[in-house]
Amino acid sequence: MKTLIINGTIVDPSQKLEGKGYLRIEDGKIKECALGEAPKALNDEKVIDAKGAYVTPGFIDLHVHLREPGQESKETIESGSNAAVAGGFSTIVCMPNTIPPIDHVSLVKFILLEGKRVGKANVLPTGTISKGRAGEELSEIGEMYKAGIVAITDDGSPVMNSFLMSRASEYAKMFDLLVMDHCEDINFKGSMNEGFYSTKLGLRGTPSISEEIMLMRDILVAGYTGGRIHLQHVSTGLGIYMVRDAKSRGVKVTCEVTPHHMSLTDADLETYDTNFKMSPPLRTEKDRQKLIEGLMDGTVDCIATDHAPHTYTNKDVEFDNAPNGIIGMETALPVSYTTLVKENKMPVMRLVELMSTNPAKILRLKAKGSLKAGSDADVTVWSADTEYKIDTAAFKSKARNCPFQGKSVYGKVNLTIVGGEVKYEA
Amino acid sequence: MPWTKKDLLGLEKLTAEEITIILDTAKAFSQIATRSIKKVPALQGKTVVNLFFEPSTRTRVSFEVAEKRLSADIVNVNIAASSVTKGETLLDTVKNLCAYRIDAIVVRHSCAGVPHYLAENIEPSIVNAGDGMHEHPTQALLDIYTLREKFGDLKGLKVAIVGDISHSRVARSNIWGLQKLGAKVTVVGPSTLMPREIEKMGEGVEVSYDLPATLKKVDAVNMLRIQREREQQVQFPSLREYARYFGLSTKLIDQTPESLIVMHPGPINRGVELSGTVADGPRSVILQQVTNGLAVRMAVLFLVTGGTKISEE
Ligand SMILES: [Zn+2]
Repeated sequence: MKTLIINGTIVDPSQKLEGKGYLRIEDGKIKECALGEAPKALNDEKVIDAKGAYVTPGFIDLHVHLREPGQESKETIESGSNAAVAGGFSTIVCMPNTIPPIDHVSLVKFILLEGKRVGKANVLPTGTISKGRAGEELSEIGEMYKAGIVAITDDGSPVMNSFLMSRASEYAKMFDLLVMDHCEDINFKGSMNEGFYSTKLGLRGTPSISEEIMLMRDILVAGYTGGRIHLQHVSTGLGIYMVRDAKSRGVKVTCEVTPHHMSLTDADLETYDTNFKMSPPLRTEKDRQKLIEGLMDGTVDCIATDHAPHTYTNKDVEFDNAPNGIIGMETALPVSYTTLVKENKMPVMRLVELMSTNPAKILRLKAKGSLKAGSDADVTVWSADTEYKIDTAAFKSKARNCPFQGKSVYGKVNLTIVGGEVKYEA
Repeated sequence: MPWTKKDLLGLEKLTAEEITIILDTAKAFSQIATRSIKKVPALQGKTVVNLFFEPSTRTRVSFEVAEKRLSADIVNVNIAASSVTKGETLLDTVKNLCAYRIDAIVVRHSCAGVPHYLAENIEPSIVNAGDGMHEHPTQALLDIYTLREKFGDLKGLKVAIVGDISHSRVARSNIWGLQKLGAKVTVVGPSTLMPREIEKMGEGVEVSYDLPATLKKVDAVNMLRIQREREQQVQFPSLREYARYFGLSTKLIDQTPESLIVMHPGPINRGVELSGTVADGPRSVILQQVTNGLAVRMAVLFLVTGGTKISEE
């Protein structure tokens, strides 16, 4: 199948390409990508008019929870894949904190098979660091690597045992496999950020140091072993500072920031709305500014959603009793675009780098995150010229636990192409 | 200015005028308690549910007596938060009660924000009888009522609140209420039990770790009950050491100005935060607080259910 996308603004950080141009797709690969006047369409070429829209490499989300197996009432690989392409994501990386956890090659194969059966976004599994996510013994990392995991993580929980973490880092190095960590010292227990607002609201606070202590631990471990560490959902200003410092010392560290941490703060919890409860919690405005600084200056490598679906009943409870997490794939582009490009003047090129080029690099996906000829034809066509209000009723995800309902935003996905095929059309 | 609110969720969102309306209404009700027939028909035909998810004797009894004196029909529902029927949510429980067309719910819950959550989701008036570490507005109102009785105007009055400020809803409600009426608050306690950035709760708020020095400068001291449960073991070393630094002993009270009054929301840990002699001594207004609590709760229930003027018969 052949496709020609015309009249759009090509933005491809991998080639430093930005401007009016065209894109040619053939047999699931990018055939040609160039600026300037589009050539005449071939007879067997389907033409897509991207007038007024950006044409960028497909977005890649390094952090989603698809809940399958085990919690299919919250989300499935199918509903999550639909949400992904509706949000412009052609590739998603799912976390292993399912029930049972993805700690064995058979489960890795299940995720891959089901992802392919659904056939929307590329679904890439991660495996747990520890068996049963119990934080005690290493999982069969090598076996899972062979089956196709792209990283190991115990996400949902941190690896509290530093000895185990150092062994995991050392072991994963053999496969050049990425270790991801949810940084949190679980001895600090709270349901929001500790600070003025937790004091005011009478909610138990989790201090920023709960995250920063483990983040620094992970940097130290990676520095010592020489392994690659990816710090998940960094939420504090000091965290950004420590990543910047570690990078300057040559530690193989990368990190992600979520759309919600860059756009919301602990002050938003005043209504006790459980859709603002997640881990790590929303931090202070000062932290938020530092996250934006890190996103702007290159310290932060990518935007990841930590898409965490819960049922309506799960979340419609007392704040303390509500589970952590919010959905994010269908709001990632508008929230990030509005926060970073509209409010903070980030170049669109940098935004695309954060949402596609860099996540591909972190996962060593050579054929993704780029519109270069020969790359996989994963393409997102999106526009940002009109303001609209987020409406969760229209979401493809099974879940509605979203703090952005009714928020005025810019940035809308028009078309998501995966492997040369249109998988979503607005 | 008349009272317009359907709920009493906390003191943070009330104005000084609204607090004054409650206090003035309570004053009128307090006279009823001195009569031989102590009942008024103000809430006749109305149903009030006392919904307690946390064990409480004092607050629940106080509300219950207040409701009876107002001639309300009362339903007491005590549910241990742990034994809420599996699968049923808090909202299910409360909506079931609402199906009886009740008029008000007095709610206590160990989770902060529960009264706000209910008020957003149901029709009847909600009175917060304590939500987690957040607010306990009627307790603060009775504390303030007691102070007003002793000192008149609260402008410029200095009040110390002593104890586990972190976990105290009484402290938070007092901080909001006292500041709105122009009083200044010094919170005193171990640094591990002092919530972060509490001084940002207002210009009148000061933090101190020195009880003797603070007591020399204040007009009233509110001693909070100190508990040392399992999770508190890393917060401070022992009750003995706590009492040494933050307990109000006979010796310490003797070093304070004669006019200083001692309050306590009860129940008292005698010999820990407060010596028995001080609790029973001339500076203590603890039992007056209890009496005032009744009038304050009558006033609150009366106002939130739409009462405007207290009928004589
Ligand atoms: Zn996580």
